[in-house]
Amino acid sequence: METPKRRAELEKYYDPNSTFGHLRVAQMKRSWKLKNRRELTWWESTYIPTLFSGVWLTSAHFFRNLGLHILHQVGLKKDVRAAATYQYPEEKRPLALRARTRHRLTKREDGTPRCVACMMCETVCPARCIEITAAEHPDPNIEKFPAEFILDLGKCVYCGFCVEVCPEDAIRMDTQRLDIAEYSRESMIYNKERLMNG
Amino acid sequence: MDIVAVIIKVILAALTIGVAFGIAGLLTWVERKQSAVMQDRIGANRAKIFGFKALGLFHAIADVLKMLSKEEFIPAGANKFLFNLAPYLSVIFALVGFAAIPFGNQLILGDRVIELQLANINVGLLFIFAMMSMGVYGVVLAGFSSNNNYSFLGGMRGSAQMIAYEVTMGAAIMGIIMVYNTLDLQALVRAQGEYMFGGWLPKWGIFVQPFAFLLFLTAATAETKRTPFDLPEGESEIIGYFVEYSGMKFGMFFMADLIETVLVSALMATLFLGGWQVAYLSPDGFHFPWGTFVAVPHIWVAILGMIAFFLKLSFFIWLLMTVRWTLPRFRYDQLMRLGWQILLPASLVNIAVTAIVITLLR
Repeated sequence: METPKRRAELEKYYDPNSTFGHLRVAQMKRSWKLKNRRELTWWESTYIPTLFSGVWLTSAHFFRNLGLHILHQVGLKKDVRAAATYQYPEEKRPLALRARTRHRLTKREDGTPRCVACMMCETVCPARCIEITAAEHPDPNIEKFPAEFILDLGKCVYCGFCVEVCPEDAIRMDTQRLDIAEYSRESMIYNKERLMNG
Repeated sequence: MDIVAVIIKVILAALTIGVAFGIAGLLTWVERKQSAVMQDRIGANRAKIFGFKALGLFHAIADVLKMLSKEEFIPAGANKFLFNLAPYLSVIFALVGFAAIPFGNQLILGDRVIELQLANINVGLLFIFAMMSMGVYGVVLAGFSSNNNYSFLGGMRGSAQMIAYEVTMGAAIMGIIMVYNTLDLQALVRAQGEYMFGGWLPKWGIFVQPFAFLLFLTAATAETKRTPFDLPEGESEIIGYFVEYSGMKFGMFFMADLIETVLVSALMATLFLGGWQVAYLSPDGFHFPWGTFVAVPHIWVAILGMIAFFLKLSFFIWLLMTVRWTLPRFRYDQLMRLGWQILLPASLVNIAVTAIVITLLR
Protein backbone atom coordinates (compact mmCIF):
# COMPACT_ATOMS: atom_id res chain seq x y z
CA MET A 1 0.00 0.00 0.00
CA GLU A 2 1.40 3.35 -1.00
CA THR A 3 0.97 5.91 1.75
CA PRO A 4 2.22 9.56 1.48
CA LYS A 5 4.94 8.75 3.96
CA ARG A 6 6.12 5.85 1.89
CA ARG A 7 5.86 7.92 -1.31
CA ALA A 8 8.22 10.47 0.25
CA GLU A 9 10.57 7.71 1.26
CA LEU A 10 10.49 6.38 -2.28
CA GLU A 11 11.23 9.76 -3.81
CA LYS A 12 14.10 10.26 -1.44
CA TYR A 13 15.78 7.04 -2.51
CA TYR A 14 14.66 6.94 -6.13
CA ASP A 15 17.30 8.39 -8.45
CA PRO A 16 16.06 8.64 -12.09
CA ASN A 17 19.67 8.69 -13.37
CA SER A 18 20.57 5.54 -11.54
CA THR A 19 20.92 2.42 -13.68
CA PHE A 20 19.15 0.24 -11.15
CA GLY A 21 16.62 2.81 -9.95
CA HIS A 22 13.66 0.73 -11.07
CA LEU A 23 15.04 -2.27 -9.21
CA ARG A 24 15.31 -0.24 -6.03
CA VAL A 25 11.67 0.88 -6.45
CA ALA A 26 10.52 -2.70 -6.96
CA GLN A 27 12.47 -3.82 -3.94
CA MET A 28 10.90 -1.14 -1.77
CA LYS A 29 7.41 -1.97 -2.97
CA ARG A 30 8.02 -5.60 -2.10
CA SER A 31 9.14 -4.62 1.38
CA TRP A 32 5.92 -2.62 1.83
CA LYS A 33 3.98 -5.76 1.30
CA LEU A 34 5.93 -7.39 4.11
CA LYS A 35 5.47 -4.36 6.34
CA ASN A 36 1.77 -4.27 5.59
CA ARG A 37 0.92 -5.48 9.10
CA ARG A 38 -1.41 -3.12 10.81
CA GLU A 39 -0.96 -2.13 14.42
CA LEU A 40 -3.12 -4.01 16.90
CA THR A 41 -5.90 -2.02 18.47
CA TRP A 42 -6.02 -1.83 22.26
CA TRP A 43 -8.76 -4.43 22.46
CA GLU A 44 -6.83 -6.83 20.24
CA SER A 45 -3.61 -6.31 22.17
CA THR A 46 -5.27 -7.70 25.30
CA TYR A 47 -5.42 -11.04 23.36
CA ILE A 48 -8.90 -11.62 24.77
CA PRO A 49 -10.71 -11.76 21.37
CA THR A 50 -8.05 -14.10 19.92
CA LEU A 51 -8.20 -16.22 23.04
CA PHE A 52 -11.93 -16.67 22.76
CA SER A 53 -11.88 -17.29 19.01
CA GLY A 54 -9.14 -19.88 19.53
CA VAL A 55 -11.03 -21.73 22.22
CA TRP A 56 -14.17 -21.47 20.07
CA LEU A 57 -12.37 -23.02 17.10
CA THR A 58 -10.88 -25.95 19.00
CA SER A 59 -14.04 -26.69 20.95
CA ALA A 60 -16.08 -26.53 17.73
CA HIS A 61 -13.78 -29.22 16.32
CA PHE A 62 -14.07 -31.12 19.59
CA PHE A 63 -17.85 -31.24 19.64
CA ARG A 64 -18.17 -31.94 15.90
CA ASN A 65 -15.74 -34.86 16.09
CA LEU A 66 -17.13 -36.14 19.38
CA GLY A 67 -20.65 -36.16 17.92
CA LEU A 68 -19.44 -37.97 14.81
CA HIS A 69 -17.53 -40.53 16.87
CA ILE A 70 -20.67 -41.26 18.89
CA LEU A 71 -22.76 -41.53 15.71
CA HIS A 72 -20.18 -43.92 14.23
CA GLN A 73 -20.45 -46.10 17.32
CA VAL A 74 -24.17 -46.57 16.67
CA GLY A 75 -23.57 -47.01 12.94
CA LEU A 76 -24.69 -43.65 11.57
CA LYS A 77 -22.93 -41.12 9.33
CA LYS A 78 -20.17 -43.60 8.51
CA ASP A 79 -19.32 -41.67 5.34
CA VAL A 80 -18.27 -38.53 7.25
CA ARG A 81 -14.84 -38.94 8.76
CA ALA A 82 -14.46 -37.85 12.38
CA ALA A 83 -10.67 -37.92 12.23
CA ALA A 84 -8.22 -37.13 9.48
CA THR A 85 -5.93 -40.00 10.48
CA TYR A 86 -5.71 -43.47 8.97
CA GLN A 87 -5.36 -46.45 11.29
CA TYR A 88 -2.30 -47.47 9.34
CA PRO A 89 -1.61 -51.19 9.43
CA GLU A 90 -5.30 -52.03 9.18
CA GLU A 91 -6.39 -49.11 7.05
CA LYS A 92 -4.02 -48.04 4.31
CA ARG A 93 -3.95 -44.60 2.86
CA PRO A 94 -5.06 -44.68 -0.81
CA LEU A 95 -2.12 -44.15 -3.15
CA ALA A 96 -2.17 -42.44 -6.52
CA LEU A 97 -2.23 -44.97 -9.38
CA ARG A 98 0.93 -43.43 -10.80
CA ALA A 99 2.78 -43.64 -7.48
CA ARG A 100 6.12 -45.41 -7.85
CA THR A 101 5.90 -48.40 -5.55
CA ARG A 102 7.66 -51.76 -5.36
CA HIS A 103 8.65 -53.27 -8.72
CA ARG A 104 7.21 -56.31 -10.40
CA LEU A 105 8.19 -58.23 -13.52
CA THR A 106 5.31 -58.60 -15.95
CA LYS A 107 4.58 -61.97 -17.52
CA ARG A 108 3.79 -63.28 -20.97
CA GLU A 109 0.60 -65.28 -21.52
CA ASP A 110 2.47 -68.50 -20.81
CA GLY A 111 3.75 -67.18 -17.49
CA THR A 112 7.35 -66.62 -18.47
CA PRO A 113 8.84 -63.15 -17.85
CA ARG A 114 8.29 -60.57 -20.56
CA CYS A 115 11.86 -59.42 -19.99
CA VAL A 116 14.30 -60.02 -22.86
CA ALA A 117 17.42 -59.32 -20.79
CA CYS A 118 18.38 -56.30 -22.90
CA MET A 119 20.22 -54.82 -19.86
CA MET A 120 18.70 -51.38 -20.44
CA CYS A 121 17.40 -51.10 -16.88
CA GLU A 122 20.63 -52.40 -15.40
CA THR A 123 22.53 -49.79 -17.42
CA VAL A 124 20.28 -46.86 -16.59
CA CYS A 125 19.89 -47.64 -12.90
CA PRO A 126 21.61 -44.85 -10.94
CA ALA A 127 21.78 -46.96 -7.78
CA ARG A 128 23.07 -50.04 -9.62
CA CYS A 129 20.62 -52.22 -7.79
CA ILE A 130 19.63 -54.44 -10.77
CA GLU A 131 21.72 -57.40 -11.79
CA ILE A 132 20.53 -59.51 -14.72
CA THR A 133 22.02 -62.83 -15.82
CA ALA A 134 21.00 -63.38 -19.44
CA ALA A 135 20.46 -66.72 -21.14
CA GLU A 136 19.45 -67.81 -24.63
CA HIS A 137 15.71 -68.23 -25.11
CA PRO A 138 14.53 -71.53 -26.66
CA ASP A 139 12.05 -69.64 -28.88
CA PRO A 140 14.04 -68.38 -31.97
CA ASN A 141 11.76 -65.31 -32.15
CA ILE A 142 12.99 -64.17 -28.72
CA GLU A 143 16.68 -63.64 -28.43
CA LYS A 144 17.31 -63.78 -24.67
CA PHE A 145 15.57 -64.17 -21.34
CA PRO A 146 16.73 -63.42 -17.79
CA ALA A 147 18.03 -66.58 -16.15
CA GLU A 148 18.13 -64.52 -12.97
CA PHE A 149 16.88 -61.01 -12.23
CA ILE A 150 18.23 -59.61 -8.95
CA LEU A 151 16.85 -56.33 -7.63
CA ASP A 152 18.27 -55.04 -4.33
CA LEU A 153 15.54 -52.93 -2.73
CA GLY A 154 18.04 -51.87 -0.08
CA LYS A 155 19.85 -49.92 -2.76
CA CYS A 156 16.91 -48.87 -4.97
CA VAL A 157 16.07 -45.17 -4.94
CA TYR A 158 12.62 -45.61 -6.57
CA CYS A 159 13.50 -43.24 -9.43
CA GLY A 160 11.52 -45.28 -11.93
CA PHE A 161 14.15 -45.03 -14.69
CA CYS A 162 14.07 -48.81 -15.18
CA VAL A 163 10.37 -48.63 -15.93
CA GLU A 164 10.75 -45.74 -18.34
CA VAL A 165 13.65 -47.28 -20.20
CA CYS A 166 12.17 -50.77 -20.62
CA PRO A 167 11.29 -51.42 -24.31
CA GLU A 168 9.19 -54.50 -23.51
CA ASP A 169 7.01 -53.14 -20.62
CA ALA A 170 8.58 -55.95 -18.61
CA ILE A 171 9.16 -54.10 -15.37
CA ARG A 172 6.56 -51.95 -13.66
CA MET A 173 6.32 -50.14 -10.33
CA ASP A 174 2.62 -50.52 -9.74
CA THR A 175 2.28 -53.06 -6.92
CA GLN A 176 1.09 -50.27 -4.56
CA ARG A 177 3.33 -51.73 -1.90
CA LEU A 178 5.48 -49.31 0.07
CA ASP A 179 5.77 -50.96 3.49
CA ILE A 180 8.85 -53.00 2.71
CA ALA A 181 10.62 -53.91 5.92
CA GLU A 182 12.89 -56.87 6.56
CA TYR A 183 15.12 -58.10 9.34
CA SER A 184 18.24 -58.43 7.20
CA ARG A 185 19.82 -56.79 4.17
CA GLU A 186 19.84 -60.14 2.37
CA SER A 187 16.08 -60.43 2.44
CA MET A 188 15.81 -57.00 0.82
CA ILE A 189 17.35 -58.55 -2.28
CA TYR A 190 14.53 -59.72 -4.57
CA ASN A 191 15.09 -62.44 -7.13
CA LYS A 192 13.12 -63.20 -10.27
CA GLU A 193 10.49 -65.33 -8.54
CA ARG A 194 9.72 -62.76 -5.84
CA LEU A 195 9.55 -59.98 -8.40
CA MET A 196 7.18 -61.97 -10.63
CA ASN A 197 4.92 -63.46 -7.99
CA GLY A 198 5.25 -61.49 -4.75
CA MET B 1 -17.02 -38.25 69.37
CA ASP B 2 -18.56 -41.66 68.90
CA ILE B 3 -16.97 -44.47 66.95
CA VAL B 4 -19.59 -44.43 64.16
CA ALA B 5 -18.82 -40.80 63.38
CA VAL B 6 -15.13 -41.67 63.13
CA ILE B 7 -15.87 -44.57 60.79
CA ILE B 8 -18.06 -42.33 58.64
CA LYS B 9 -15.27 -39.73 58.44
CA VAL B 10 -12.72 -42.38 57.49
CA ILE B 11 -15.00 -43.69 54.74
CA LEU B 12 -15.61 -40.14 53.50
CA ALA B 13 -11.87 -39.43 53.52
CA ALA B 14 -11.10 -42.60 51.59
CA LEU B 15 -13.86 -41.75 49.11
CA THR B 16 -12.70 -38.16 48.62
CA ILE B 17 -9.04 -39.05 48.13
CA GLY B 18 -9.96 -42.05 46.02
CA VAL B 19 -12.25 -40.06 43.77
CA ALA B 20 -9.74 -37.22 43.45
CA PHE B 21 -6.97 -39.65 42.60
CA GLY B 22 -9.25 -41.59 40.29
CA ILE B 23 -10.30 -38.50 38.37
CA ALA B 24 -6.67 -37.42 38.10
CA GLY B 25 -5.72 -40.86 36.78
CA LEU B 26 -8.59 -40.75 34.33
CA LEU B 27 -7.39 -37.32 33.19
CA THR B 28 -4.29 -38.89 31.61
CA TRP B 29 -6.70 -40.67 29.31
CA VAL B 30 -9.02 -37.65 28.96
CA GLU B 31 -6.09 -35.47 28.03
CA ARG B 32 -4.95 -37.79 25.28
CA LYS B 33 -8.41 -38.39 23.90
CA GLN B 34 -9.65 -34.83 24.16
CA SER B 35 -6.58 -33.40 22.49
CA ALA B 36 -6.93 -36.02 19.76
CA VAL B 37 -10.58 -35.27 19.12
CA MET B 38 -9.87 -31.53 19.11
CA GLN B 39 -7.13 -32.01 16.54
CA ASP B 40 -9.11 -34.36 14.25
CA ARG B 41 -7.16 -37.37 15.44
CA ILE B 42 -8.26 -40.56 17.17
CA GLY B 43 -5.82 -40.83 20.04
CA ALA B 44 -4.41 -43.71 21.99
CA ASN B 45 -6.47 -46.81 21.15
CA ARG B 46 -4.03 -49.71 20.84
CA ALA B 47 -3.75 -51.11 24.36
CA LYS B 48 -6.16 -53.99 24.77
CA ILE B 49 -6.94 -56.71 27.26
CA PHE B 50 -8.49 -59.90 25.80
CA GLY B 51 -9.33 -57.98 22.64
CA PHE B 52 -11.20 -55.23 24.47
CA LYS B 53 -9.93 -51.76 23.75
CA ALA B 54 -12.42 -49.79 25.90
CA LEU B 55 -11.72 -46.59 23.93
CA GLY B 56 -8.07 -46.70 24.95
CA LEU B 57 -8.79 -46.59 28.67
CA PHE B 58 -6.20 -49.30 29.30
CA HIS B 59 -3.49 -46.89 28.26
CA ALA B 60 -3.74 -45.31 31.70
CA ILE B 61 -2.99 -48.70 33.27
CA ALA B 62 -0.24 -49.35 30.74
CA ASP B 63 1.31 -45.99 31.62
CA VAL B 64 1.31 -46.78 35.32
CA LEU B 65 2.86 -50.22 34.70
CA LYS B 66 5.52 -48.62 32.53
CA MET B 67 6.27 -45.97 35.16
CA LEU B 68 6.51 -48.55 37.94
CA SER B 69 8.81 -50.85 36.02
CA LYS B 70 11.25 -48.18 34.88
CA GLU B 71 14.58 -47.59 36.53
CA GLU B 72 14.51 -44.95 39.25
CA PHE B 73 17.64 -42.97 38.57
CA ILE B 74 19.15 -40.60 41.11
CA PRO B 75 21.93 -38.35 39.81
CA ALA B 76 25.33 -38.68 41.47
CA GLY B 77 25.50 -35.25 43.07
CA ALA B 78 21.85 -35.09 44.10
CA ASN B 79 20.70 -34.64 47.67
CA LYS B 80 19.04 -38.04 47.99
CA PHE B 81 16.68 -37.20 50.83
CA LEU B 82 15.29 -34.04 49.27
CA PHE B 83 15.30 -35.62 45.82
CA ASN B 84 13.06 -38.42 47.08
CA LEU B 85 10.95 -36.11 49.20
CA ALA B 86 10.02 -33.60 46.48
CA PRO B 87 7.50 -35.67 44.46
CA TYR B 88 5.70 -36.77 47.63
CA LEU B 89 5.37 -33.16 48.76
CA SER B 90 3.91 -32.22 45.39
CA VAL B 91 1.29 -34.97 45.43
CA ILE B 92 0.39 -34.74 49.12
CA PHE B 93 -0.17 -31.00 49.22
CA ALA B 94 -2.24 -31.24 46.05
CA LEU B 95 -4.38 -33.99 47.60
CA VAL B 96 -4.79 -32.42 51.05
CA GLY B 97 -6.58 -29.44 49.53
CA PHE B 98 -9.60 -31.62 48.75
CA ALA B 99 -10.35 -31.95 52.46
CA ALA B 100 -12.02 -28.55 52.57
CA ILE B 101 -14.03 -28.85 49.35
CA PRO B 102 -17.74 -29.36 50.04
CA PHE B 103 -19.17 -31.79 47.51
CA GLY B 104 -22.70 -31.90 48.85
CA ASN B 105 -25.08 -30.56 51.44
CA GLN B 106 -25.90 -32.47 54.62
CA LEU B 107 -27.04 -36.02 54.20
CA ILE B 108 -29.49 -37.10 56.91
CA LEU B 109 -29.59 -40.87 57.47
CA GLY B 110 -31.90 -41.76 60.35
CA ASP B 111 -31.00 -39.36 63.14
CA ARG B 112 -27.42 -38.90 61.98
CA VAL B 113 -26.39 -35.78 60.05
CA ILE B 114 -23.46 -36.38 57.70
CA GLU B 115 -21.71 -33.29 56.38
CA LEU B 116 -20.68 -34.00 52.79
CA GLN B 117 -17.40 -32.24 53.32
CA LEU B 118 -14.30 -33.86 54.70
CA ALA B 119 -13.11 -31.16 57.07
CA ASN B 120 -15.52 -28.42 58.00
CA ILE B 121 -12.87 -25.76 58.55
CA ASN B 122 -14.20 -22.26 59.12
CA VAL B 123 -11.26 -20.83 57.15
CA GLY B 124 -11.46 -23.52 54.46
CA LEU B 125 -10.57 -21.11 51.69
CA LEU B 126 -7.37 -20.05 53.45
CA PHE B 127 -6.56 -23.69 54.12
CA ILE B 128 -6.81 -24.59 50.43
CA PHE B 129 -4.71 -21.61 49.45
CA ALA B 130 -2.10 -22.51 52.04
CA MET B 131 -1.91 -26.06 50.73
CA MET B 132 -1.64 -24.90 47.13
CA SER B 133 1.17 -22.55 48.13
CA MET B 134 2.93 -25.38 49.93
CA GLY B 135 2.89 -27.29 46.65
CA VAL B 136 5.61 -24.98 45.40
CA TYR B 137 8.01 -26.65 47.84
CA GLY B 138 7.88 -29.81 45.77
CA VAL B 139 8.83 -27.79 42.69
CA VAL B 140 11.63 -25.87 44.39
CA LEU B 141 13.07 -28.90 46.14
CA ALA B 142 12.99 -30.98 42.95
CA GLY B 143 14.85 -28.27 41.08
CA PHE B 144 17.25 -27.63 43.94
CA SER B 145 18.15 -31.20 44.87
CA SER B 146 18.72 -32.58 41.36
CA ASN B 147 22.22 -31.08 41.02
CA ASN B 148 21.34 -29.94 37.53
CA ASN B 149 21.37 -26.33 36.37
CA TYR B 150 18.40 -26.84 34.09
CA SER B 151 16.33 -28.36 36.88
CA PHE B 152 17.37 -25.49 39.10
CA LEU B 153 16.26 -22.96 36.48
CA GLY B 154 12.95 -24.79 36.16
CA GLY B 155 12.47 -24.75 39.92
CA MET B 156 13.24 -21.04 40.08
CA ARG B 157 10.82 -20.34 37.25
CA GLY B 158 8.22 -22.44 39.00
CA SER B 159 8.51 -20.67 42.32
CA ALA B 160 8.55 -17.21 40.71
CA GLN B 161 5.50 -18.05 38.63
CA MET B 162 3.55 -19.58 41.48
CA ILE B 163 4.23 -16.65 43.78
CA ALA B 164 3.22 -14.18 41.07
CA TYR B 165 -0.05 -15.92 40.32
CA GLU B 166 -0.86 -16.88 43.90
CA VAL B 167 -1.08 -13.18 44.71
CA THR B 168 -3.53 -12.58 41.86
CA MET B 169 -5.54 -15.63 42.85
CA GLY B 170 -5.84 -14.40 46.42
CA ALA B 171 -6.73 -10.91 45.30
CA ALA B 172 -9.31 -12.21 42.80
CA ILE B 173 -11.29 -14.08 45.46
CA MET B 174 -11.27 -11.08 47.80
CA GLY B 175 -14.32 -9.87 45.90
CA ILE B 176 -16.09 -13.19 46.49
CA ILE B 177 -15.24 -13.07 50.20
CA MET B 178 -16.58 -9.52 50.45
CA VAL B 179 -19.84 -10.46 48.73
CA TYR B 180 -20.55 -13.61 50.76
CA ASN B 181 -18.84 -12.48 53.97
CA THR B 182 -17.32 -15.84 54.81
CA LEU B 183 -14.19 -17.94 54.42
CA ASP B 184 -16.01 -21.18 55.20
CA LEU B 185 -16.53 -22.97 51.90
CA GLN B 186 -19.70 -24.76 53.00
CA ALA B 187 -21.22 -21.48 54.18
CA LEU B 188 -20.03 -19.88 50.95
CA VAL B 189 -21.87 -22.47 48.89
CA ARG B 190 -25.00 -22.09 51.05
CA ALA B 191 -24.85 -18.32 50.52
CA GLN B 192 -24.83 -18.97 46.78
CA GLY B 193 -28.23 -20.62 47.09
CA GLU B 194 -29.93 -17.21 47.22
CA TYR B 195 -31.41 -15.52 44.17
CA MET B 196 -31.12 -12.14 42.53
CA PHE B 197 -33.40 -10.13 40.24
CA GLY B 198 -36.67 -11.30 41.76
CA GLY B 199 -35.61 -14.91 42.20
CA TRP B 200 -34.66 -15.61 38.58
CA LEU B 201 -30.87 -15.57 38.68
CA PRO B 202 -29.02 -17.71 41.23
CA LYS B 203 -26.58 -15.67 43.29
CA TRP B 204 -23.60 -17.65 42.01
CA GLY B 205 -20.09 -16.22 42.09
CA ILE B 206 -19.83 -16.02 38.32
CA PHE B 207 -22.88 -13.71 38.15
CA VAL B 208 -21.82 -11.58 41.10
CA GLN B 209 -18.12 -11.38 40.26
CA PRO B 210 -17.64 -12.15 36.52
CA PHE B 211 -14.38 -10.23 36.29
CA ALA B 212 -12.94 -11.98 39.32
CA PHE B 213 -13.87 -15.24 37.63
CA LEU B 214 -11.76 -14.42 34.56
CA LEU B 215 -8.83 -13.37 36.75
CA PHE B 216 -9.15 -16.47 38.89
CA LEU B 217 -9.39 -18.73 35.83
CA THR B 218 -6.19 -17.28 34.39
CA ALA B 219 -4.32 -17.46 37.69
CA ALA B 220 -5.60 -20.97 38.34
CA THR B 221 -4.37 -22.14 34.94
CA ALA B 222 -0.97 -20.73 35.87
CA GLU B 223 -1.21 -22.48 39.22
CA THR B 224 -1.59 -25.90 37.59
CA LYS B 225 1.67 -25.31 35.69
CA ARG B 226 0.17 -26.43 32.39
CA THR B 227 0.32 -24.81 28.96
CA PRO B 228 0.08 -21.80 28.35
CA PHE B 229 1.89 -21.34 31.67
CA ASP B 230 4.08 -24.46 31.60
CA LEU B 231 7.44 -22.72 31.81
CA PRO B 232 8.55 -24.53 34.97
CA GLU B 233 8.02 -27.82 33.16
CA GLY B 234 8.96 -26.87 29.66
CA GLU B 235 8.06 -30.11 27.92
CA SER B 236 9.30 -28.68 24.64
CA GLU B 237 12.67 -27.58 26.03
CA ILE B 238 15.04 -29.10 28.52
CA ILE B 239 14.44 -26.64 31.34
CA GLY B 240 12.06 -28.22 33.81
CA TYR B 241 12.24 -28.93 37.50
CA PHE B 242 11.80 -32.66 36.99
CA VAL B 243 14.27 -33.32 34.16
CA GLU B 244 16.29 -35.64 36.43
CA TYR B 245 13.31 -37.68 37.57
CA SER B 246 12.39 -41.01 36.07
CA GLY B 247 9.95 -43.79 36.74
CA MET B 248 7.09 -43.32 39.15
CA LYS B 249 8.67 -40.23 40.73
CA PHE B 250 8.25 -38.44 37.44
CA GLY B 251 4.79 -39.98 37.33
CA MET B 252 4.03 -38.41 40.70
CA PHE B 253 4.90 -34.94 39.45
CA PHE B 254 2.74 -35.64 36.44
CA MET B 255 -0.09 -36.78 38.70
CA ALA B 256 0.39 -33.76 40.97
CA ASP B 257 -0.30 -31.51 37.99
CA LEU B 258 -3.48 -33.37 37.15
CA ILE B 259 -4.61 -33.48 40.79
CA GLU B 260 -4.06 -29.74 40.94
CA THR B 261 -6.17 -29.39 37.81
CA VAL B 262 -8.97 -31.26 39.54
CA LEU B 263 -8.49 -29.24 42.75
CA VAL B 264 -8.53 -25.93 40.92
CA SER B 265 -11.62 -27.00 38.95
CA ALA B 266 -13.34 -28.03 42.18
CA LEU B 267 -12.41 -24.72 43.74
CA MET B 268 -13.75 -22.79 40.76
CA ALA B 269 -16.97 -24.80 40.80
CA THR B 270 -17.32 -24.06 44.52
CA LEU B 271 -16.51 -20.38 44.37
CA PHE B 272 -18.08 -19.36 41.08
CA LEU B 273 -20.70 -21.92 40.03
CA GLY B 274 -22.37 -22.50 43.37
CA GLY B 275 -20.71 -25.79 44.28
CA TRP B 276 -23.39 -28.41 44.90
CA GLN B 277 -26.22 -25.92 44.43
CA VAL B 278 -28.74 -26.90 41.78
CA ALA B 279 -30.59 -23.88 40.46
CA TYR B 280 -33.99 -23.45 42.19
CA LEU B 281 -33.48 -26.59 44.30
CA SER B 282 -34.12 -26.07 48.03
CA PRO B 283 -33.78 -28.79 50.68
CA ASP B 284 -37.48 -29.69 50.21
CA GLY B 285 -37.70 -29.52 46.43
CA PHE B 286 -37.67 -27.28 43.37
CA HIS B 287 -39.07 -23.76 43.89
CA PHE B 288 -39.27 -22.35 40.38
CA PRO B 289 -39.47 -18.55 40.06
CA TRP B 290 -42.79 -18.80 38.19
CA GLY B 291 -44.34 -20.35 41.28
CA THR B 292 -44.28 -24.07 40.46
CA PHE B 293 -43.17 -26.35 43.28
CA VAL B 294 -41.89 -29.89 42.76
CA ALA B 295 -41.25 -31.86 45.94
CA VAL B 296 -38.06 -33.96 45.95
CA PRO B 297 -37.22 -36.52 48.67
CA HIS B 298 -34.22 -35.68 50.84
CA ILE B 299 -31.93 -38.42 49.55
CA TRP B 300 -32.49 -37.24 45.99
CA VAL B 301 -31.70 -33.66 46.94
CA ALA B 302 -28.35 -34.83 48.28
CA ILE B 303 -27.65 -36.97 45.21
CA LEU B 304 -28.69 -34.21 42.79
CA GLY B 305 -26.37 -31.85 44.64
CA MET B 306 -23.43 -34.21 44.29
CA ILE B 307 -24.22 -34.80 40.60
CA ALA B 308 -24.39 -31.04 40.06
CA PHE B 309 -21.03 -30.60 41.76
CA PHE B 310 -19.39 -33.25 39.60
CA LEU B 311 -20.92 -31.83 36.42
CA LYS B 312 -19.57 -28.38 37.29
CA LEU B 313 -16.21 -29.95 38.13
CA SER B 314 -16.16 -31.78 34.79
CA PHE B 315 -17.04 -28.59 32.96
CA PHE B 316 -14.07 -26.77 34.45
CA ILE B 317 -11.75 -29.69 33.79
CA TRP B 318 -12.95 -29.68 30.18
CA LEU B 319 -12.36 -25.93 29.98
CA LEU B 320 -8.83 -26.16 31.40
CA MET B 321 -8.03 -29.02 29.02
CA THR B 322 -9.39 -27.08 26.05
CA VAL B 323 -7.35 -24.03 27.00
CA ARG B 324 -4.29 -26.21 27.47
CA TRP B 325 -4.60 -27.68 23.96
CA THR B 326 -5.55 -24.40 22.30
CA LEU B 327 -3.11 -21.73 23.40
CA PRO B 328 0.61 -21.60 22.78
CA ARG B 329 2.80 -20.97 25.79
CA PHE B 330 3.96 -17.59 26.99
CA ARG B 331 7.50 -16.35 26.91
CA TYR B 332 8.90 -15.97 30.42
CA ASP B 333 8.97 -12.16 30.42
CA GLN B 334 5.43 -12.07 29.03
CA LEU B 335 4.36 -14.39 31.81
CA MET B 336 5.81 -12.16 34.51
CA ARG B 337 4.42 -9.02 32.88
CA LEU B 338 0.97 -10.56 32.65
CA GLY B 339 1.10 -11.65 36.27
CA TRP B 340 2.48 -8.57 37.95
CA GLN B 341 1.56 -5.72 35.61
CA ILE B 342 -1.86 -6.74 34.29
CA LEU B 343 -3.56 -9.35 36.44
CA LEU B 344 -2.54 -8.02 39.84
CA PRO B 345 -3.61 -4.39 39.20
CA ALA B 346 -6.80 -5.66 37.57
CA SER B 347 -7.63 -7.76 40.62
CA LEU B 348 -6.93 -4.78 42.90
CA VAL B 349 -9.28 -2.66 40.80
CA ASN B 350 -11.85 -5.43 41.12
CA ILE B 351 -11.53 -5.33 44.92
CA ALA B 352 -11.94 -1.54 44.97
CA VAL B 353 -14.98 -1.56 42.68
CA THR B 354 -16.59 -4.39 44.65
CA ALA B 355 -16.03 -2.55 47.91
CA ILE B 356 -17.55 0.66 46.54
CA VAL B 357 -20.59 -1.15 45.10
CA ILE B 358 -21.18 -3.08 48.34
CA THR B 359 -20.95 0.12 50.39
CA LEU B 360 -23.36 1.92 48.05
CA LEU B 361 -25.87 -0.94 48.09
CA ARG B 362 -25.84 -1.22 51.87
